[in-house]
Amino acid sequence: MLSQVVVVGGSAAGLSAVETLRREGYDGPIALIGDEVHLPYDRPPLSKQILKGVWESTRLALRPSSALNALEVEWLLNRRAESLDMQQRVVRLSNGCECQFDGLIIATGVTPRRLAAGHELANVHTLRSLEDAAKLREGLLNSRSVVIVGAGFLGAEVAAAAREMGRDVVLVDPLAAPMVRQLGAYVGSRFADLHREKGVSVRCGVGVQAMLGRNGTVSEVVLSDGSAVPADLVLVAIGSVPATDWLAGSGLPLTNGVDCDEFCQAAPGVVAAGDVASWLDPELGRVRVEHRMNATEQGIAAARTLLGRREPFRPVPYFWSDQFTIKLQAYGSTGADLRFHPVQVDGKNRFSGVYESSGRVVGALAWNMAKEARTLRTLVVERAPIDSVAGIHPPQVSATG
Amino acid sequence: MKVFVHKDKCVGAGQCMVAAPEVFDQNPEDGVVILLQANPLPELHANVREAAWLCPAVAIEIESD
Repeated sequence: MLSQVVVVGGSAAGLSAVETLRREGYDGPIALIGDEVHLPYDRPPLSKQILKGVWESTRLALRPSSALNALEVEWLLNRRAESLDMQQRVVRLSNGCECQFDGLIIATGVTPRRLAAGHELANVHTLRSLEDAAKLREGLLNSRSVVIVGAGFLGAEVAAAAREMGRDVVLVDPLAAPMVRQLGAYVGSRFADLHREKGVSVRCGVGVQAMLGRNGTVSEVVLSDGSAVPADLVLVAIGSVPATDWLAGSGLPLTNGVDCDEFCQAAPGVVAAGDVASWLDPELGRVRVEHRMNATEQGIAAARTLLGRREPFRPVPYFWSDQFTIKLQAYGSTGADLRFHPVQVDGKNRFSGVYESSGRVVGALAWNMAKEARTLRTLVVERAPIDSVAGIHPPQVSATG
Repeated sequence: MKVFVHKDKCVGAGQCMVAAPEVFDQNPEDGVVILLQANPLPELHANVREAAWLCPAVAIEIESD
């Protein structure tokens, strides 16, 4: 019988797991360790509303304090977990304290990757936390030339926000188009068009060779083709690394974040959820996603497993992105290795499509057709044969024509 | 139970629609939530609560009677 739960990680996944424990009848002690000073808050708006100054940070709170108080959790915030001792069943904190557990939920998320050099220069940013967003906003307000390194979700969203804030924006990525790795060539080319139309200088097919500074502040980015781009501010958005350093030596498998089985379990009495956790999907193998919705869904699944209610975790991943006037919604697998078939195309500004693997629908996407995404989701769940999809176009890799 | 939706927070995930289709719908253009019933009957309350905790944008607020 579970009697002492420790949760490491105070963001969306940790909160979801805690709420599930309480909802499903666990009344015992829960200690939650978070390395930020804040109670759980929402990250997606950091690259959008917060950056643009449309929202105050108080709107990011994931729950009102009354709801958090009702959970009866011991909140150990601003504390870092330093190690996990699986023999003693103890999490050791950087301040020397030890948290004993018989059930452990790991939800420590990811940290931004950095370039090999240049981060010591002022005005070179990464974005993960509320503090990062506040500094980035301040930097953007005081900059003219902005270089975004990396055109995945985060880089593309910040490029759009910075452009809307009137900055000169250069978006750099070694791949052929923004979002290509995540969404494939067709959708990537649409994003390239969108950003260019809005005045972003999209420099694809190049990487960053060096960041140069003047008086300790970044002034220029040298690209791999030898060209130099002026930069008052740089955002490095080249992906993230699961935060598992503190688990080195714990004995937990860590090949892709915290390696969990199909029930989100990493070891007896230890589960993981959110950006940090990979799980075993019978069709896809080992999967890890860094989506906001996954934090909630996997938090629920991990908590249930800890309570003995074991169900295979088989989510249909959902993610979205807002850039300029575009609202993108997507379900399932959408990577560059899949074939993308447009389904509905309504001019340049509205379209939907499905991603195919071995003749079946494994992903769906809608560009300013959000409700259509929900409809296509059913095809993803069913793994519908591609030939059965009404109105489908042949696979496309480019948006011309 | 009274239900409120914050349309400006909604990101169009549609999880609410799956959890409680009698209570939540989506604008076809931008996917923003449409509240179909602000005072759902008791038999729908469990589904509405599920919708609220699933919502990734914390856009659903519930006031219990």
